[in-house]
Amino acid sequence: MTSIGTGYDLSNSVFSPDGRNFQVEYAAKAVENGGTAIGIRCEGGVVLAVEKIITSKLLKPDANKRIATVDRHVGIVSAGLVPDGRHFVSRARDEAASWRSVYKGPIPVSALSNRLGSYVQAYTLYSSVRPFGVTAIVGGWDSEAELAVDGQVGSGPKLGSGGKVDGAKAGGPGLYMIEPSGLYWGYHGAATGKGRQAAKAELEKLDLSSGNLSLIDAVKEAARIIYVAHEDSKDKEFELEMSWVSSLDGPTHGRHEEVPRQLLEEAEKAAKKALEGEDDDEEEEQEETKDSGNSGERMEE
Amino acid sequence: MNHYPEIWGRPRDDIYGPYNSSYLQTTGPKTYTQSPAVTGTSVIAVKFNGGVAIVADNLASYGSLARFTDVKRLRVFSDSAVIGFSGDVSDMQYIHRLLGSIDIRENYSTHGNMLNAKNLHTYLSKVLYKRRSEFNPLWNHLLVAGFDEDKNPFLSSADLLGTTYSAPHLATGFGAHLAIPILRRLFPEEKPLEEITKEHAEAALRECLKVLWYRDARSLDKYSMAVITAEGIELKEDQVIGAQSWAFAESIKGYGAQIN
Repeated sequence: MTSIGTGYDLSNSVFSPDGRNFQVEYAAKAVENGGTAIGIRCEGGVVLAVEKIITSKLLKPDANKRIATVDRHVGIVSAGLVPDGRHFVSRARDEAASWRSVYKGPIPVSALSNRLGSYVQAYTLYSSVRPFGVTAIVGGWDSEAELAVDGQVGSGPKLGSGGKVDGAKAGGPGLYMIEPSGLYWGYHGAATGKGRQAAKAELEKLDLSSGNLSLIDAVKEAARIIYVAHEDSKDKEFELEMSWVSSLDGPTHGRHEEVPRQLLEEAEKAAKKALEGEDDDEEEEQEETKDSGNSGERMEE
Repeated sequence: MNHYPEIWGRPRDDIYGPYNSSYLQTTGPKTYTQSPAVTGTSVIAVKFNGGVAIVADNLASYGSLARFTDVKRLRVFSDSAVIGFSGDVSDMQYIHRLLGSIDIRENYSTHGNMLNAKNLHTYLSKVLYKRRSEFNPLWNHLLVAGFDEDKNPFLSSADLLGTTYSAPHLATGFGAHLAIPILRRLFPEEKPLEEITKEHAEAALRECLKVLWYRDARSLDKYSMAVITAEGIELKEDQVIGAQSWAFAESIKGYGAQIN
């Protein structure tokens, strides 16, 4: 960090001699303080979850939503500066509407992420603006069935639309994470915010690329991971917000919706139980090591 | 200075030459759509005890040509209302897309889309009135069917001028002349809505469609029917009017070439 304090971190869009853009890196730091947000992509759909730290007892429980819907089939959750996240969502909605006005259909999740990536990146280029203080997770479902064109009058040709490749797979779940630099990748599981390290470790254990996790299990895992990620800031109370989008024949019929109350409560209960179970195991282990006589240093590692 | 005020302040012809008047507008005022192009004919709807039934045939005519025969003129809005469109089909497409974008925006709130048929009718009538005030009307006559905020059956009309009116049974286009008298006979004003069942309403609408098929040269025997009740919307888009016969035409006297 030789360039810090030498003036290269004061203006946006200015490179330091060693090729870094400090304002963008500071924006990423702002994200690291935000409540943990995660996304899980599985065969049957996508689950989004966020840890909302309760900053005041006067806030109305269950209000102040942090996961937003874009079009009908996409959800966005972000960690970092909440107002920046709101503006980001607003832009996403405009992009989805603009796509519809041109193509008369829903925007694919990949195309939306691409446009949002470009938008965020533009905020790293000018000294008159600051980068986005959010890392956003975009999850959605592209319809696997052939959709009617918006406003379609008749049923169209019996053959359906042209230009199709036989046997090509169409639609499916999409999960992308967009960082303050404008960088975005597609993920099986994504995590950002304060507890991202713990959350990533848990996501990796799920073996998401094998495609064995069901959507309902993904909801439960998402709740558990948020609870695990919260362990480090246990003194603060938090609220769990979750949403999902499933396949057309799944529970949400390709739409992005809040996870139903009953399922959310079930998942939270299971998450708390799993955590208590872990604590018990740890205590047992501690006792065992004490018995064997060589405790101390090894445990603290 | 001369005595011709219209020439004052203009470049003088003797210095600059005559003004090239081909730049002047010669075609009269700017105009938008003067008549619809591809059109749908009547829509008919009836309130019954616990809901509303609405029908329209599946035809879009290009002038007198029966151009498209699988056109869906009944549009469902967010599981809460059905809109029947007569008039211009491209304007129907525009309105449908407009309503789609409203549904998407409404669903961004935690409560979801809470607009009922009555709200929708108010909104549409204002869209239509705005457009007619810009001399660029949306060339449609709409029937909006669904429920109002008190969960009572709702049926109302809005036309290309933004005019609105409501009645227990409504029809647009030719139906306003041919179907309304039938419906008034079947469901007179003194008959309470509670006595009209869903089956009565459906049968009456089919009867009206049949009369329209005989008498309206822009109609088709394939039609769609939507029934809106508290349970939801039941939309059937491939119905057929059966058992027609032109045999009665043999006995009509007084028109066309006749032998005796």
